Amino acid sequence: MVLTQFLVLGAILFALGVYGLLSRRNAVTVLLSVELMLAAVNINLVAFEAFWNTAAAHGQIFAIFVITIAAAEVGIGLAIILLVFRNRASSNIDELDLMRW
Amino acid sequence: MTFSDWLAEPANWAFLAIAIPMVLAALRVVTSRNVVHAALFLVLTLAASAALFILLSAEFVAWVLVLVYIGAVVVLFLFGIMITRAPIGRETNLSHTTRWPAAAASAAVLAVTVWSVLALSQGGDGFSDPLPAVGAATDTAVLGEGFITRYLIPFEAVGFVLLAALIGGITLARKDLTPAEEDEGDQV
Repeated sequence: MVLTQFLVLGAILFALGVYGLLSRRNAVTVLLSVELMLAAVNINLVAFEAFWNTAAAHGQIFAIFVITIAAAEVGIGLAIILLVFRNRASSNIDELDLMRW
Repeated sequence: MTFSDWLAEPANWAFLAIAIPMVLAALRVVTSRNVVHAALFLVLTLAASAALFILLSAEFVAWVLVLVYIGAVVVLFLFGIMITRAPIGRETNLSHTTRWPAAAASAAVLAVTVWSVLALSQGGDGFSDPLPAVGAATDTAVLGEGFITRYLIPFEAVGFVLLAALIGGITLARKDLTPAEEDEGDQV
């Protein structure tokens, strides 16, 4: 196995995440796309760790940090979606035009 | 290294067997018309990336991914879908009707990243050499030692972020009670 194949796979996953982020209307599915992009970043981090093979496994430590932050992000994100849904009875992001004039 | 050399290595067959379903599942995550199906295809994608981590001899990260993502985050997503009463069945307006700008943007991202990766692997940085760490398991003690020595401050900061997220999540999602309802709550 070489490094390039993992980087290309990560690039494909990231691009799919970008597509979902821009094309989805439902806020929950937008968050799912963000998770896809974070998974792509994790693959890159772990692959680069296998490439440099550092004694202290820095890449894997960073991957665990990313997983932790993603968990916090999902918790807050879903709480916000819940709040928006309660106030507007909709979780479509293009109906949230409160800050536009 | 030619493609047939690459294909002769058994580990690469395992890579393809993981990567191809992974990309297909990721495609379904962003195109599925059913929110629950999208969340379940995300499980498939994340399980495949955990399998890749094991292939890259990062066992601890792989199992953290399974525990935190598949065990907790996806369950949270399913709760979120049910609480917001997002349409559980097929749904036509889950995505925007004009999707070509999104497709163009993601194609541009893909082109730039793949081009730069391939350009780098042509250079002499050893990107197309066999990965050295594969086959030897990473000692989890190394990770733990990293967390309490060099990465102690980021580790504490992440713990604080988690606490803040916990409190923030509860505060945001909690129903605001009117004064009358609060009095009722006191009596119970």
